[in-house]
Amino acid sequence: MIQQERMTVVRQREIAKNIFEMTLQGQIVQEMTPGQFVHIRVSNLLDPLLRRPISIASIQKDSNEFTVIYRVQGRGTNVLSQKQIGDEVDVLGPLGNGFPVDAVQEGQTALLVGGGIGVPPLYELSKQLNDRGVRTIHVFGFQTEEACFYEEEFTKLGETYYVTNDGSKGFKGFVTDLLNELKPDFDVFYSCGPLPMLRALSSMYENKKGYLSLEERMGCGIGACFACICRTEEGQEKDYVKICSDGPVFEKGVVKI
Amino acid sequence: MNRLDIQLPGLDLKNPIMPASGCFGFGREFAQLYDLSKLGAIMIKATTVKPRLGNPTPRVAETPAGMLNAIGLQNPGLEKVMAEELPWLERYDVPIIANVAGSTTEDYVEVARRISTAPNVKALELNISCPNVKQGGITFGTDPVVARELVEQVKAVSKVPVYVKLSPNVTNIVEMAQAVEIGGADGITMINTLIGMRLDEKTGKPLIANVTGGLSGPAVKPIAIRMVYEVYKEVDIPIIGMGGVSCVQDVIDFMSAGASAVAVGTMNFVDPFICPKLIDELPAKLDELGVKHIKEIIGRSHRP
Ligand SMILES: Cc1cc2nc3c(=O)[nH]c(=O)nc-3n(C[C@H](O)[C@H](O)[C@H](O)COP(=O)(O)OP(=O)(O)OC[C@H]3O[C@@H](n4cnc5c(N)ncnc54)[C@H](O)[C@@H]3O)c2cc1C
Ligand SMILES: Cc1cc2nc3c(=O)[nH]c(=O)nc-3n(C[C@H](O)[C@H](O)[C@H](O)COP(=O)(O)O)c2cc1C
Ligand code: FES
Repeated sequence: MIQQERMTVVRQREIAKNIFEMTLQGQIVQEMTPGQFVHIRVSNLLDPLLRRPISIASIQKDSNEFTVIYRVQGRGTNVLSQKQIGDEVDVLGPLGNGFPVDAVQEGQTALLVGGGIGVPPLYELSKQLNDRGVRTIHVFGFQTEEACFYEEEFTKLGETYYVTNDGSKGFKGFVTDLLNELKPDFDVFYSCGPLPMLRALSSMYENKKGYLSLEERMGCGIGACFACICRTEEGQEKDYVKICSDGPVFEKGVVKI
Repeated sequence: MNRLDIQLPGLDLKNPIMPASGCFGFGREFAQLYDLSKLGAIMIKATTVKPRLGNPTPRVAETPAGMLNAIGLQNPGLEKVMAEELPWLERYDVPIIANVAGSTTEDYVEVARRISTAPNVKALELNISCPNVKQGGITFGTDPVVARELVEQVKAVSKVPVYVKLSPNVTNIVEMAQAVEIGGADGITMINTLIGMRLDEKTGKPLIANVTGGLSGPAVKPIAIRMVYEVYKEVDIPIIGMGGVSCVQDVIDFMSAGASAVAVGTMNFVDPFICPKLIDELPAKLDELGVKHIKEIIGRSHRP
């Protein structure tokens, strides 16, 4: 169920250049699943006005905490990065439909491909897949070494590869370049990141089952305003989907990307 | 005693607060959050004869204390609204105001004729002011003669009172208000969004795919108040005011300027509980102002 809650900041730190990790505490954590997002009102003032959509990066139900990882992009995320421990943040969530963890069985392998700020939701996903006995392979693309984060965390969960555009860390190029060389053996892929990456993956793994997390500019975040519409591929039941409430995760081939 | 009830043509409002069209869908999403029967009324998303897929994305952009939108009147079309959305809303004890849109007079007449027969539709809101569709919409909203004729035709077929939603994108809003009053409108709703643009800082290109979008939110409130104030002086039909309402003082301001009820748009996205909150906060505000019933403040700006 969607709820609005004033959650308390219990941790906030910069984990890479302009990338912050913030942990919030509150009841709505109990309802969260990987791949869902929250809509955060960064201030009680009227400017910046709209809520900011941010993915759920990890969930700790026993302590009622969840973590987001976000890049300081513009005004809203900048205000968010100023929050101190003990401050309250207005959170609406959990929103949308996340990654189906049961799309892959115990003993099978999942390939998790992330680009930049699309990596965070894959962390909780990887944790939950590993809990179910699924092997995970992580392939993440970043601009440059300074923007990379969570290497240790992901390495603990499975084989992890970093790709940077400038070659400052790991493989040089795009994630698809590395995947072409690596030729990993897997059953299902899950991905979140820039559209060109999602497009390339979809055609590269045309015959594999895959799930993509999409982004769009949002108004309400709950399905009421028609801001975040994407057209669907031919043959789908509906002509369009709302990224916020039908997604943000869709099975490959559903949405025209 | 209910200190908040308001009677308007076709509308028996428990209180003067309602979500504005396009900011509340057909109510389903907000019904997960609170009981819609609490609301004075609901203005549903614009309905057109055929389903509309709307504009390309990005459709929204934030601006200082406001936002631009160019949704393009996306809606499931008259058939579906009649068959699914309106019957679903019947479970709530709340009057529905159906926002009617189109690109030709025939479109408006067709939607109005059919949608006004739905049992819970207690009034129509003729949307002659959407800035985001290429044809129709806005031309009906900027030419007083065209607007008056449209209202006459819609009035001739509607089973319920007809309110007309005015565009602020005109030189003389009073002239438009008078024209629709002569055409037989039972009320006026105002304002729709103001046409605006935002550019990408790096490329200098428009941020919204449609190039222009409609500005809404707290940033537009002073314009909306001015327009309600001007129109109230010159027409005898009631006004439902909107544009940037974000707190209970804004409700008082709109009603003081001459609105008989108030709609909340953009702020539903920022605080999805804003409508019930405003309703709960109004009585204390009335105490503060020393008024018994909210009706007493309607138009008080104009009193000697
Ligand atoms: C479902 C979803 C999940 C996301 N998860 C994350 C995440 O985990 N970590 C992270 O760093 N970022 C994430 N983003 C992107 C994040 O929402 C934007 O970076 C953020 O809104 C920028 O706000 P700002 O005020 O800093 O920037 P501004 O550029 O000042 O924002 C202006 C407006 O544009 C919107 N906007 C700007 N960029 C985006 C974008 N890429 N997507 C959607 N709206 C945008 C803002 O919400 C705001 O309304 C996610 C986006 C979506 C849709
Ligand atoms: C995303 C969005 C969609 C809208 N869609 C409609 C619509 O379908 N029909 C209509 O008459 N007005 C529509 N409007 C205008 C609002 O109903 C309202 O007149 C305007 O936004 C001013 O109020 P506000 O500042 O409280 O948002 C829309 C506004 C927004 C922000
Ligand atoms: S953001 Fe409003 S419908 Fe998705």
